[in-house]
Amino acid sequence: MTTTHLELTGVDIEFPTPKGPFKALDNVNLKIKKGEYISLIGHSGCGKSTVLNIVAGLYQATKGGVLLDGREVNEPGPERAVVFQNHSLLPWLTAYENVELAVKQVFKGKKSKAEMKAWIEHNLELVHMTHAMHKRPDEISGGMKQRVGIARALAMEPKVLLMDEPFGALDALTRAHLQDSLMEIQNELSNTVIMITHDVDEAVLLSDRIVMMTNGPEATVGEILEIDLPRPRNRIELADDPQYNHYRAAVLSFLYEKQRKPEESGAAAKPAKKEKLARNLQNDTTEETTGAVSTAETTTGNDKVKAA
Amino acid sequence: MSHSSTNLFSPVLAIFQSENPGASVLSFFKQLIMPVIGILVFLLIWDIGAKNIHTSLGTFPGPVQVYEQTLGLIDEHQAERNKEVAFYERQEKRNAKKLAKNPDAKVKIRPYTGKPTFFDQIGTSLVTVLAGFVLASLIAIPAGIMIGLNQPLYSALNPLIQLFKPVSPLAWLPLVTMVVSALYVSKDPMFAKSFITSLVTVSLCCLWPTLLNTAVGVSAISKDLQNVSQVLRLSFMTHVVKIVLPSSIPMMFTGLRLSLGIAWMVLIAAEMLAQNPGLGKFVWDEFQNGSSNSLGRIMVAVLVIGLIGFMLDRIMLLIQKKVSWDKTAVLR
Repeated sequence: MTTTHLELTGVDIEFPTPKGPFKALDNVNLKIKKGEYISLIGHSGCGKSTVLNIVAGLYQATKGGVLLDGREVNEPGPERAVVFQNHSLLPWLTAYENVELAVKQVFKGKKSKAEMKAWIEHNLELVHMTHAMHKRPDEISGGMKQRVGIARALAMEPKVLLMDEPFGALDALTRAHLQDSLMEIQNELSNTVIMITHDVDEAVLLSDRIVMMTNGPEATVGEILEIDLPRPRNRIELADDPQYNHYRAAVLSFLYEKQRKPEESGAAAKPAKKEKLARNLQNDTTEETTGAVSTAETTTGNDKVKAA
Repeated sequence: MSHSSTNLFSPVLAIFQSENPGASVLSFFKQLIMPVIGILVFLLIWDIGAKNIHTSLGTFPGPVQVYEQTLGLIDEHQAERNKEVAFYERQEKRNAKKLAKNPDAKVKIRPYTGKPTFFDQIGTSLVTVLAGFVLASLIAIPAGIMIGLNQPLYSALNPLIQLFKPVSPLAWLPLVTMVVSALYVSKDPMFAKSFITSLVTVSLCCLWPTLLNTAVGVSAISKDLQNVSQVLRLSFMTHVVKIVLPSSIPMMFTGLRLSLGIAWMVLIAAEMLAQNPGLGKFVWDEFQNGSSNSLGRIMVAVLVIGLIGFMLDRIMLLIQKKVSWDKTAVLR
């Protein structure tokens, strides 16, 4: 459990542009242990997704490389399953068929037909999607689509699960619900996970370590924060936990003091994302977005939120 | 959605599907009012206009004459069929007599070689257009997928496609006729040469919309889905079948419907010029015949050609609705 499972060593990446090469990442180093849950956090445009895509094999590092269990990663593959931000389900297949496509691909010749069926249903059950497994993506909600996306990734039995802002496109209540589901699954399966997020609460709640990235171009790993909170974690209890709030403050201070986004590029590039980060800041005092979920749960009880 | 005014048949269907037939009948008539007014105004203008055009073959046919000629063509067809039946009956009787006299006698049934009627010509044209369209699609869809998936191949073939796309069927026809005569030589041909000539001409002309639209549809597959395919390490065939084909179906059908429309137009022109059997030949023969009925009969053919073209497009639309995964899309 303590040996290095996934290792990024001196990863640089340059993209060719008409004005010459653009260096997006500079000397990214990271060691991840088996079963560890890592969050990558940083301002938009800092290259978080690029790091994830390099691990996935969708991009090739210009310098340096990625080792998974001592083997070099140089192409995409199901042992590094990806949960995409926009769910990326095939719209012409049902939830079941979407998972089936992955399972057939990974377990061809290894599982019998009946075993495959049971395995697909088991994974859909893990994400609580049994009731809608024969519906197509356009017939289910955004949160449910993302559940199916997670089920598809889990069903590949990946060595590393890569999640690119998996809950970014969801509303706060749905997001909290999915985070709880994910923690539940993680308690059971102990996957190695790399998750990209913009949400400080999400990062602290879910992760074993938070990797904070500096602003691009030539972004790299700024600080790494160990989250030493006992599992299973409960968002309601943690809301008043001084240790939890200390971790949140540390991430916030990194993002908004040490790596303050230069005003002009931030405002011009992606105003929506900036607003979202600003909301995170306000959470401390006004209890908006995810903060509101915590207060709602304390008054109405866990069941009601789950029902929502 | 199914109530879109562009679909001629939907109001009829709605009556049968509705739980409240009374209200649907009412809305059916409401939807029908404007098209009916349009047709009536057209008939009126046609009638008045026709009476004022005098040609060497008499007055231009109005709606009434066209109706009469339609009945005439139906009668002719039935008469011809009766003749055919009688022809075979006579042969059978004669053969039966022969066999009664001498059981070892050789008997032959000669095929009927009467003149093809208007409806026979419709049948010939439909078979030819569908064969040409199917041939073109069998070439254009796979080729479109290859081109769409492979950017260098697309760059290589694009100038050629752009060059041949606008070529008129009439320009191809002499070449196709000569090539077919030279290459399609067999003692017992399965198809008539004229059929092959029409088919190849139709295919050459209606290949392009399907080819281009399929290529565009294939190259427009979302990056997300391509990433999924890469992460799953789908084989080339699985990638094409599970991801490329379904996501390019809407564009593919846009192309197929354009192609079928072109195929039908091209076929009539080709038949007329090359004297291949079919509706085009019917029109040409009537024109050469030059009787007082000819213009009326040609007008019947014009309307039938239009009607068949319309029906072919509706059939394609029905197939598109059947195979399209996105049932919410408005198709028209």
